[in-house]
Amino acid sequence: MLDDLIARLTAGDRRALARMVTLVENNDPASRAALAQLHALGGKAHIVGVTGSPGAGKSTLVMQLVRELRRRDQRVAIVAVDPTSPFTGGAILGDRIRMQDLVGDPNVYIRSMASRGSVGGLSSATRDAVRVLDAAGFDTIIIETVGAGQAEVEIVRAAQTIVVVTVPGMGDDIQALKAGILEIADCFCVNKADRPGADQAAAELRMLLSLDTQRDKDAWKPPILKTTAATGAGVPELADALGRHLAYLRESGQIVVRGERQARSEILALLYQALLAKLGATLGPAHFDQIVAAVAARQSDPYSAASVIARALGIALPSEDDATG
Amino acid sequence: MPDQSLDATAQTQVAAERKIRVIVAKPGLDGHDRGAKVIARALRDAGMEVIYTGIRQTPAMIVEAAIQEDADAILLSILSGAHMALFPKIMELLRAQGAEDILVVAGGILPDEDIPAIEAIGIKGNFGPGTSTQDIIAFVRANVKPERLAQPLPPLRTGGVAVDEPARGAQA
Repeated sequence: MLDDLIARLTAGDRRALARMVTLVENNDPASRAALAQLHALGGKAHIVGVTGSPGAGKSTLVMQLVRELRRRDQRVAIVAVDPTSPFTGGAILGDRIRMQDLVGDPNVYIRSMASRGSVGGLSSATRDAVRVLDAAGFDTIIIETVGAGQAEVEIVRAAQTIVVVTVPGMGDDIQALKAGILEIADCFCVNKADRPGADQAAAELRMLLSLDTQRDKDAWKPPILKTTAATGAGVPELADALGRHLAYLRESGQIVVRGERQARSEILALLYQALLAKLGATLGPAHFDQIVAAVAARQSDPYSAASVIARALGIALPSEDDATG
Repeated sequence: MPDQSLDATAQTQVAAERKIRVIVAKPGLDGHDRGAKVIARALRDAGMEVIYTGIRQTPAMIVEAAIQEDADAILLSILSGAHMALFPKIMELLRAQGAEDILVVAGGILPDEDIPAIEAIGIKGNFGPGTSTQDIIAFVRANVKPERLAQPLPPLRTGGVAVDEPARGAQA
């Protein structure tokens, strides 16, 4: 059945595409084999991450960007991530509301995903969904993260070009962005630029970037664009900037560096999952709860507890193992 | 709150994580979406993933959203009285996509005399004013087909959803 799905999604069948995304999102064991095949088929799409604070206008900007990319005859897929309730596990996924204008175009695919307990504004299944879309032959895949504030930089492990969306009037909040989101941006959009303060917000960003010594080593200077997503103003310039960044990534070899960074983090994340699974199988949740309670009651401490558990797993904590590199 | 890492452990052990995904949509022209939002919120609180499409949806928009999102169910909220014009169109488009495995549930102002005709085209539930959200949650849980993900899809239709009208604002 999986081979049939792969054949059909690469031939443009949207039901097969949607079904495969569901299977990988559900972490369906059977989908693992399919992902190996899909990984081999992919690597052609330009993967763009769009992040920024809630209400900055990400969904509307993405909608306008897709319209612009369609004018340039690209096939575009959108993965829009919204938060999962930590209490019920449910989610309301509302990004489609702002993307109605794209419905009916067979060269646009929109998929809403819930964050399902992950942090960093990105669903852990997002990368696998992107892998499916990449194999399906989309030219550009846009990942819209949940509204993110400061340190939610997970998106760098999933996208090649990062667009950070901000709005005028954030004032000192832009300062607060400095240590997190500011550092990952390949392109800034000061959205809602028809509001007062857009020039000032752009100037503040420019000033903050000039202070960033890390940036000096980088040949790429992130452009600061003013956009008004509601009207589409500034969006062609954004599409141009994305194209220029992709060209820069290719010419500089950074595309390989970023690809390796993503591969490394994916492998480590899977190993971490496996380690947690082994922990669960070795100790059992009840025993783990006892250890947690003992540490919380100060009968033990986190280091001793972790050391005991690590020994049960047949490994040592880094501090106990001088040979660890 | 349960410990995060143990949650992760538990998830890894069971591996697969099946969530019910539903579309909540308002077909037609009435803009009164309080009911739809109450339903969306209740389903979210019941642990489902709710794709809320908003108001003024055409049948083609609803069916395309359901296909792209691989939804288990479509919940239609309608108050305008246009249900007999819109519902058959939605069912027809779903059939054209071979997507009859998607549960379609309606609610809103549905006159009693229309209900046999609505049910005859395969729309279930047909909840009126005053229905408890718990009843709707239970109905969705009982009627989505959990095995639909394991079933082969019907034969290939290239090129996406057949759309009976151009999308609003779409331009070259």
